[in-house]
Amino acid sequence: MVNTQTNSGNPETDLKYRRKKNAEEMRHQVISFALMIVFTLIAFLAVGYEGFSAWFAVPFILVLAVVQVGFQLYYFMHMSHKGHEAPALFMYSGVLVAFLTIICFLTIIWW
Amino acid sequence: MSTYAQKRGFGATLWDYLTTVDHKKIAILYFIAGGFFFVLGGIEAMIIRIQLAIPNNDFVSAGFYNEILTMHGTTMIFLAAMPLLFGFMNAIMPLQIGARDVAFPFVNALGFWLFFFGGTFLNLSWFLGGAPDAGWTSYASLSLASEGHGIDFYVLGLQISGFGTLMGGINFLVTIINMRAPGMTYMRMPLFTWTTFVASSLILFAFPPLTVSIFMLMFDRLFGSNFFVTAAGGNTIIWEHFFWIFGHPEVYILILPAFGIFSEIIPVFARKRLFGYSSMVFATVLIGFLGFMVWAHHMFTVGLGPIANAIFAVATMAIAVPTGIKIFNWLFTAWGGSVSFTTPMHYALAFIPSFLMGGVTGVMLAVAAADYQYHDTYFVVAHFHYVIVGGVVFAVLGGLQFYWPKMFGTMLNETLGKITFWLFFAGFHLTFFIQHFLGLWGMPRRIYTFLPGQGYELSNLVSTIGALLMAVATVVLVINIIITVKKNERIGNDPWGDGRTLEWAIPSPAPFYNFKQLPLVRGLDPYWIEKMEGKKGMTPAEPLGDIHMPNSSIIPFIMSFGLFVSAFGVMYRLDYAWGLPVLIIGLVITFGSMLARSLKDDHGFHIHKEDLIDDDNEKGVKA
Repeated sequence: MVNTQTNSGNPETDLKYRRKKNAEEMRHQVISFALMIVFTLIAFLAVGYEGFSAWFAVPFILVLAVVQVGFQLYYFMHMSHKGHEAPALFMYSGVLVAFLTIICFLTIIWW
Repeated sequence: MSTYAQKRGFGATLWDYLTTVDHKKIAILYFIAGGFFFVLGGIEAMIIRIQLAIPNNDFVSAGFYNEILTMHGTTMIFLAAMPLLFGFMNAIMPLQIGARDVAFPFVNALGFWLFFFGGTFLNLSWFLGGAPDAGWTSYASLSLASEGHGIDFYVLGLQISGFGTLMGGINFLVTIINMRAPGMTYMRMPLFTWTTFVASSLILFAFPPLTVSIFMLMFDRLFGSNFFVTAAGGNTIIWEHFFWIFGHPEVYILILPAFGIFSEIIPVFARKRLFGYSSMVFATVLIGFLGFMVWAHHMFTVGLGPIANAIFAVATMAIAVPTGIKIFNWLFTAWGGSVSFTTPMHYALAFIPSFLMGGVTGVMLAVAAADYQYHDTYFVVAHFHYVIVGGVVFAVLGGLQFYWPKMFGTMLNETLGKITFWLFFAGFHLTFFIQHFLGLWGMPRRIYTFLPGQGYELSNLVSTIGALLMAVATVVLVINIIITVKKNERIGNDPWGDGRTLEWAIPSPAPFYNFKQLPLVRGLDPYWIEKMEGKKGMTPAEPLGDIHMPNSSIIPFIMSFGLFVSAFGVMYRLDYAWGLPVLIIGLVITFGSMLARSLKDDHGFHIHKEDLIDDDNEKGVKA
């Protein structure tokens, strides 16, 4: 994908550029990996902690889950790279439709 | 490969079509199967109209009327309109974007055969103890109470054909995203390709809710679950929501390709570029987007509450805006053009006011408060027949006349085509216009008879006479097709003379590899651009080379057949001892053929460029 593209004639520069790019990407992956572990720990703590009611804990861990999905998609599955516009469009459309369905169930069917 | 043109026996042709993965042949299969189901649904419609022609009629019994009415709706939507449009998408869309086939030819064949076996299964219900009788919407409490196996046929048949539709939709999406010819940017795609694209994404998002709800209904009826059983804590309204989350996008899945066909016909016969191309694209996408926000307007009287009703009412009215943009663009395309009144153009020009009337009654129905009055009356029947017949069926008939030369290499007779058009047009308005008033006078839908002296007699008789005219028009169309096939007068690349898009730049019918060399697209209406510069064909974008083609395969047929068999097993599992074994055997056939497909590498074959040069009467090589 992006890190294998060679668009200057000079192989030295390309190699340097790729190394830099890869190092940067690696750093992002490690950071997001660490954050994901932290988020998971926080989620367990939030559920386990007596002081939080379910009305706080459930939405809170849902938010953490959404952030983790974002990390997964953008840092580990390279959705931030070029050439992923169509998949991104369709994923977000799908998310929108699913969200509408859930909102509908929560607001006008069950309550 | 010069063997493809030689004469063959019937058996060889049949085998060819059973195993084909060529999008043009699959299109023909869709037309044959969809046309058959269209006639079947038409016969059911005639029975409905005969039954309602006079008060207190006893042409059919009340129970049989329910079955006829359910099967008319289900057949026409799922087994006639969608497959016929899929036929057009398969036949034309790859040619329009300059592709040699769809992205997944094997899956394309699989999609057809799943639809075919699903539709066949559904219609076998007539011979096996009675058809479904809970309406095409099959609302859960009613359909759970329905006795016999009718609803089981509905559930299993639609599930199988729904898989096929979903596969077809995904296939078109991938094709349009990945396989456009060099220079064919998104904003140079013909409108029919654009509408195929948006309709396919609607399929992608709308069919999963249908699949889920049909699975729930299947489990409720056949495996003892309680999703919709209120007595056991289920909720029957869930079915309605799921059905309409699917069902409303479904009507846009039908109408958008119809819009696309008219957007191709009108510029060709007005000899003008489509007016407001970018606003047409914008309107298409916007209709697709809004189509997901409005499903509850089918449920205004369910009791969602005033806030939900108001939101859905306003969202529904908003759809009139992009649709209005389209209507004006078509008018402005024809305006000032050098219009030739061919048969396809007749359909296109009749479509505009007819569909507009359906749209206007749609906005009337969107007014939630007023809908309490219209709900479940013939007013609704008149409305949706105006949009579906006046929109989709006109597009299918006009598109058939328009694209017939590209698909079969002959021209349908214009005079007979115009006779069909006028009979159909008159019959259509005669049938459905009066139904608006029947509805406003209080005649409910889905009743099998009515009493004399309530003021419905004359109007219903008029409606039946109109339906007869439409039947005669269909017969004339069939005669036209038979005569054309019999005469077999071959025509050239661009029989209408003013073709604008890529499909008219290649021979009719297209060779099985479509394009010898992929064409270079230099703008919207690429073939028109080349013609205006005095060229005879497209400029190639690549040197002549070997073409990689997929091998034919019988596996899609066997795979679908397995599901067909297992559907019988699922249905008769509790009635007969052989039910469970049949269920397992069917699944073994399906998964076995999937395994065979996965393990056996099939690399396809190459057409060598020497054969491509020889393989034409013309000198030289054209794109």
